[in-house]
Formats: sequence, structure tokens, C-alpha cells
Amino acid sequence: MTVFILRRLLQSVGVLFATSIIVFLGVFAIGNPADILIAADATQAERQAAIVSLGLDRPLLEQYWIFLSNALQGDLGRSFVFNQPAIGLILARLPATLELAFVALFIALAAGIPLGLIAGLKPQTIVDETIMTGSILGFSLPNFWQGMMLIMIFSVWLGWLPAGGRGETVQVLGISTSLLSWDGIAHLILPATNLALFNLALVIRLTRTGVREIMPLDFIKFARAKGLTERRIVLVHVLKNIMIPVVTVVGMEFGSIIAFAVVTETIFSWPGIGKLLIDSIMLLDRPVVVSYLLVVVFMFIVINLLVDIAYSLLDPRIRLRDSQ
Amino acid sequence: MSAPMSRWRLSTDSTLGKAVDGIVTSPKAAVGAVVAILLVLVAIFGPWIAPQNPYDLGAIDFFDARLPPMSPTMNGSIYLLGTDGQGRDMLSAMIYGLRTSIAVGLLAGIVALVVGTALGLVAAYIGGRVDALVMRLVDLMLGLPAILVALMLLALLGQGVWKVILALVLVQWAQFARAVRAAALVERNKEYVEAAVSLGLSRPRILFGHMLPNCLPPIIVVGTLQVASAISAEATLSFLGIGLPITEPSLGLLIANGYKVLLSGQYWISVYPGLLLLLLVFSINVVGDRLREVFNPRFLGR
Repeated sequence: MTVFILRRLLQSVGVLFATSIIVFLGVFAIGNPADILIAADATQAERQAAIVSLGLDRPLLEQYWIFLSNALQGDLGRSFVFNQPAIGLILARLPATLELAFVALFIALAAGIPLGLIAGLKPQTIVDETIMTGSILGFSLPNFWQGMMLIMIFSVWLGWLPAGGRGETVQVLGISTSLLSWDGIAHLILPATNLALFNLALVIRLTRTGVREIMPLDFIKFARAKGLTERRIVLVHVLKNIMIPVVTVVGMEFGSIIAFAVVTETIFSWPGIGKLLIDSIMLLDRPVVVSYLLVVVFMFIVINLLVDIAYSLLDPRIRLRDSQ
Repeated sequence: MSAPMSRWRLSTDSTLGKAVDGIVTSPKAAVGAVVAILLVLVAIFGPWIAPQNPYDLGAIDFFDARLPPMSPTMNGSIYLLGTDGQGRDMLSAMIYGLRTSIAVGLLAGIVALVVGTALGLVAAYIGGRVDALVMRLVDLMLGLPAILVALMLLALLGQGVWKVILALVLVQWAQFARAVRAAALVERNKEYVEAAVSLGLSRPRILFGHMLPNCLPPIIVVGTLQVASAISAEATLSFLGIGLPITEPSLGLLIANGYKVLLSGQYWISVYPGLLLLLLVFSINVVGDRLREVFNPRFLGR
């Protein structure tokens, strides 16, 4: 088990290192930030001073080396635009994105599992067909357009919910959250729904497949023979067995929720890391783009690692296969 | 005289026959296929169908900007779906956008299919180090969310049609490679491959002449679903402003233009292109979903 975890850990470090090189090299190719950041009417001397202070005159390898050794100390460079540490900018906006992502995940699970159960228990009926067609629709709806339609219907036409921004937040243990004020929740509903829809469709499918695979199994027949109510069989025995694949896939999907938050945050002007990324790409703010990508890939690797470990604990076959 | 009747039915023994049969026997998938084919035809013949060439500056009139649907034009006809911020007929802009969206999605899907299938087949057949290397790459690609990889690549490379296609291929080939490898591993141990090896056929001929046709079902299923996802991903990237340049307006870009005026109630600029995009992706997905049902052995006999 320790060997398994150690090996996965080493792999993760390798992926992160490779990402840092690719990202750094690639970002260098975007364009010359000096042209963007230094005022057009700056004198040649001012321009040169700015280039030196930003470190843009050094050789590429040296810039990467400085970047890497700083990165290991938690310093990912200063934003050209905000003139603040890039990592600080990311971390300051991370709670907003995480809050959005968790609420979206919650919506996907809370609505998806019951719908998947209903569809799986009544296969090939109208109810099943409707739910499954709905889930294909959920996969097909372009995320950004669906968000715009939510704004159009609930903000512009009905006027029930705000169209963007984060609203009022409350500080709890140093972290600001929208969940404790009505204004905050009102601002959260549309973006969270927007972000949840794709995973809602996914959870419906996973649950339905799980139900259909588990229902014909012997232990269900046994439970019936024992005289358990159908309600107890479904809610306890079936649900428990479905949770393993659902939790695994959803754990993996959490990373893509964070990535898709880029779209949601852009549409709803949600002040998280996704909006920061798009703004920074447009302004060629290199350190922030690099920091975003590294932080997200890092989060991703950690999540994957945790899911892998959890899974190998749940299912010994994976552990055995991997240590061969 | 009884023979001609059966000619009209494709043999359900062939993979393609099975696919067509599967689609025709499901009303939902049949409708999806018809809609998808119609949309492709509209895209191909777009320039002859569209009421106006939206990118011919002589044909558009800036004074007609942001007219609601059914507004009359100067020459007596009507703007069926209104006009956009530059006074372009929305319907025409959508037909041209559809062309771009389908072309980019199909091209990316086909390149990813070719690359992924080749790598998957070779990995399964050769095995050992090659297989391990390819699968490590596949795991890496599938481990990261597609949109993040595409964002990363485009953030680094900048906008452009070929860059978008490259990004889409990069995030999609792994799906094909994994599916094809799994199928090829099964095929590899079958007797016909052994027979082909004993006959002394060359490796490429065994791989692409004999094993490939037997690995078609997963390729068809993944291919259909990936084209839909490529179209959707391109639209998303273009909406974010890091996809196609404004000189190649796809449906995603049209929607992005409408986003700016959505709050002022000019819904038609973003709603109609979005509906068209949804219709396109949805119809392809419905067909892909049916194909998966037809070809997935787990659903057989249930």
C-alpha cells in the first residue's frame, strides 16, 4: 500500500514538473508583454528600466530557473497588471470558485441520484425515456449559452434573480461565503445551476447504469426473499453499491467543474479564478496565467491521487494489479 | 422476384449495416440523424440558401443594426430572425456560422480519429513498452479536463483556426486510442489474426486490413460523440474569445456578440444561434447514444 501511494506521489510530482515547463515555455510564446505593459509614450530609458525590473531581458532558461526556484518557495511571480504576487491573487479568488464548485456538485448529486434511480428502476418506460433524453440534452446544451438563457429568463424577463456578481458575503473563520445571506444565495443560484447541469446529466447516467447492473444480482434477490421492503432494498442496498462508481467519477469530475468555472464565471461576472484567468489571458498577464494553470493542475493531481487511494482502499483488485 | 426486396435492407452482418439498422429502428435516433444530415446539407449549400452574404460589406446596411425578427428590409423582404449589431441578417450569419462550426468540428474529429485509432491499434498489437508509453499519455490526457487542456494550449498559442483544431485533436485523440486499444486487445487473440500472421502478411496489413475493420464499432460510437463534443468545445472557446478569430465567425462567436446586448433585451442575437448550436449537438448526440446502445455488448440480451 505504501509503495502504491509513493509511486503515485512520484508520478504526480513528475506531471507537475512537466506542466510547469510546458506552461512556462508556452506562455513565453504569447507575445511580448513589454509592448502591453509599458505605456506607449514611455521613453526608451523608462522602457528599458521596466523590462529589467520585470526580468524580461534575461535568457529563457534563466527566467525558467528563477521561476522554478521561486515557485518552490511559493512565489509564482508578480502580476504585471496588479503588481501583486500572482499566487496571492489566485488564492484570494479561490474561495469564490470553490464555493461555486461545491454548490454545483451538491446540486448535481442531490438532483441526479434520485432521477437516475427513478430511470433505472423503470427501464424502457416513458419516465425513463424522458429522463434519459433530458440527460442527453444536458450533455448537449452548450454551457455558456445555457448560462445566458438562465440570465435572460430569470434576470431579464422574470427579474427574480440577479444577472451577475457575487452579492453580499459573510466572513466565517476568515473565509467569505455567500451561503449565509439571502443576497449571497440569490447571486449563487444561477451560476451554480449553470455549472451543475453537465454533471447532473452525468450523475443521472451513472446512477441509472448502476441500478440496472445491480438489480439482477443475487444479493438483491436474497434481500427480497428475506422479505425486505422494496423501499429499503433501493434506498439502502442498491444506493450503497451505486455510490462507489458515482463518488469516484464525481471526485474526478470536480477538477473539470473547476475548469468549467472559467465559462460560468465569465458569463456571471463571478469574481473567482476562472474570470481572473480569462482577464489575464486578454491582458497578457503572464505570471497570473502560469499561476492559475499550475494551481489548478496541482489541485487536480491532488484530487486524482486522493480518489486513486480511496479507490484502492475500496477495491483491492486495483492495488494488486498496480503493484505487479 | 422475391430477391429485390431484401436488397433494400442493408445486411445487418456488416458494422455499417448494424449501425444504420440501429438508427432506423429507434424513432428518436432516426429523427436525430435526419436533423443532423439536414443541418450538414444546409451548411454545404449555405451560400445558395442564405438570403444575404453576411460578410459582403456591400450587402449589409449599418442602419439596419439590431432590428428585431420579422423586420422589413429596404428591398421589401423581411429579416426573418432580425439583424445583429452590424446590420447583418441573423439567419444568413447563422447559416455561415453553421458552416464554420461543422467544418471545424468534423475536421478536428476526423484527425483525432485517425491519430487515436492508429496509436490504439499499434499499442495493442505491439504491446510492451510502446503500449505502456501510449497508455501513460492517454491516462495523462484523460486525467486532465479537456476544456482545461484546450484553454492552456490556446492561452499559450493564441487564436486561430488551425490552433483550435490542434487543441481539439490534442484533447480528443486519447478517447479514440483507449477505445480502439481495448477492442484491438480482444481481436488480437482471435484466430483470424493468428491465421494472418501464419500467412506471413505484413504488420501494417494485419493491423489496418484485418484488425481495423473488426474494431469499427467503438470507433463509430466514439467518433460520433466526439464530433458533437468538438463542435461544442469550439463554440465555448470562441465564446471565451480564445477560439476562432472574428474573421471566421462560428456559432460560438455569434452567441458571444449577442451576450453583450442580452441585458438590454435584444435576445435574438444570441438565442437563435444558440438554438441552432443546441439542435446540431443534440441531434448528433442522440444518434451517438443510440449507436452506443447498439454496439455495447452489455446491453445485448436485456
